[in-house]
Amino acid sequence: MKNRVYINGSCAISSQPTFEGDFLDNINENVQDNVLPVIEPNYRDYIAPPAIRRMSRAVKMGIVASKRALGEACLELPEAIAVGTGMGCVQDSEKFLRAVLDNEEQYLTPTAFIQSTHNTVAGQIALELQCKGANFTFVDGSTSFESALSDAAMQIELGDIRNALVGGVDENTPYCLEIYELDNIIKPRHEAPFSITDARSKGVVFSEGASFFVLSDERNEHTYAALADVDFRNDVPDTGVFIGDFLSRNNLDIDDIDLMLSGRNGNSEDLAGFDTAETLMRCTKLYYKHLSGDYFTASAFGFWVACNVLRSGHVPQLLKPVGTPSEEVRNVLIYNQFRGKGQSLILLQKV
Amino acid sequence: MDELILELKQKIVEALNLEDVKPEDIDENAALFGDGLGLDSIDALELIVLLDKTYGIRLADPKEGREIFRSIRTMAEYITKHRTK
Repeated sequence: MKNRVYINGSCAISSQPTFEGDFLDNINENVQDNVLPVIEPNYRDYIAPPAIRRMSRAVKMGIVASKRALGEACLELPEAIAVGTGMGCVQDSEKFLRAVLDNEEQYLTPTAFIQSTHNTVAGQIALELQCKGANFTFVDGSTSFESALSDAAMQIELGDIRNALVGGVDENTPYCLEIYELDNIIKPRHEAPFSITDARSKGVVFSEGASFFVLSDERNEHTYAALADVDFRNDVPDTGVFIGDFLSRNNLDIDDIDLMLSGRNGNSEDLAGFDTAETLMRCTKLYYKHLSGDYFTASAFGFWVACNVLRSGHVPQLLKPVGTPSEEVRNVLIYNQFRGKGQSLILLQKV
Repeated sequence: MDELILELKQKIVEALNLEDVKPEDIDENAALFGDGLGLDSIDALELIVLLDKTYGIRLADPKEGREIFRSIRTMAEYITKHRTK
């Protein structure tokens, strides 16, 4: 008998005021910018000055979001930490590589090198918390967060651990954004205003952020939802079969899903997968990437949205519902992909 | 010497990203490690690179570092005697 996995704490740092406010309060949809800047908290309220001076934004976002999520779950020390990141610590990677070039491979300083690795965020969180439990970082494109979530959930289900801190984090730099724009990963500025339902061109409105969660085998008064299942594949020949198999293994029928949270992002390369998934599901569809922008771990923000919908029982109009949500929402399916690859499904259930 | 001390303070603040410290606030006689500025072993490596890159000084014996990096003043004195650029 597998243990059930509950989500008892969460925190999202995003391009919306999700850190300070309640669920989707004071939200403004920005349709003019092709890159949405993240609204950063005052890191010094959470991290001591001697520690903060070497931290990149990804590390700072990760630590602060972690502390907030743990605080909400009333948990001081998680038994494991699992972090997903698509690009890791880009800021320090760039800094180190630039120093290699500028100084002709001489005089390389240690700090940027040490901080440039993808697992810096999870490592720094562990150092801050003095957590000596399992510490894993998953780098797997658009399914990085799902990989971390799956790992932590399996450990709890099997009874190896009782709780875990799980998150998704990505940061941007000006140079990185320039490259993405050249590669049509980001939509050109002149196409504004942007809409996730307008997929005439390649690319997405890009962003960054950190969303962290506390998973536990025990529910409490803060519990958002139960995590029933996660699945992800790099190549999916048939999205319909992928969803059908996922529902079957959870003994669910298409009509058992009350809400589908779609990662639709306005990218012409992603259209086929989203169209197939949304046509197949007969329930109400919700969207979130018009609020968060897209990035490799944007689905962690989607997970945060779904958790809040389930706990509050409220579907904000800001999520652009297609269809009328049923009065009682029990099963929420989160579907995501990026450039036709890395398709993922997460099933959350009301508790 | 005073000019070099001020230059060192500025370079250390920049290289070690001491966000809350102004160069003029650093006491050139105070300890760099431990109680004073509170630097650590990673900072020591940064300072070794700083000496090499800016002043052309390569520390042959790492044990020398303990005395050289005692304070800004001891660093400045060592640089004055051994700089090649």
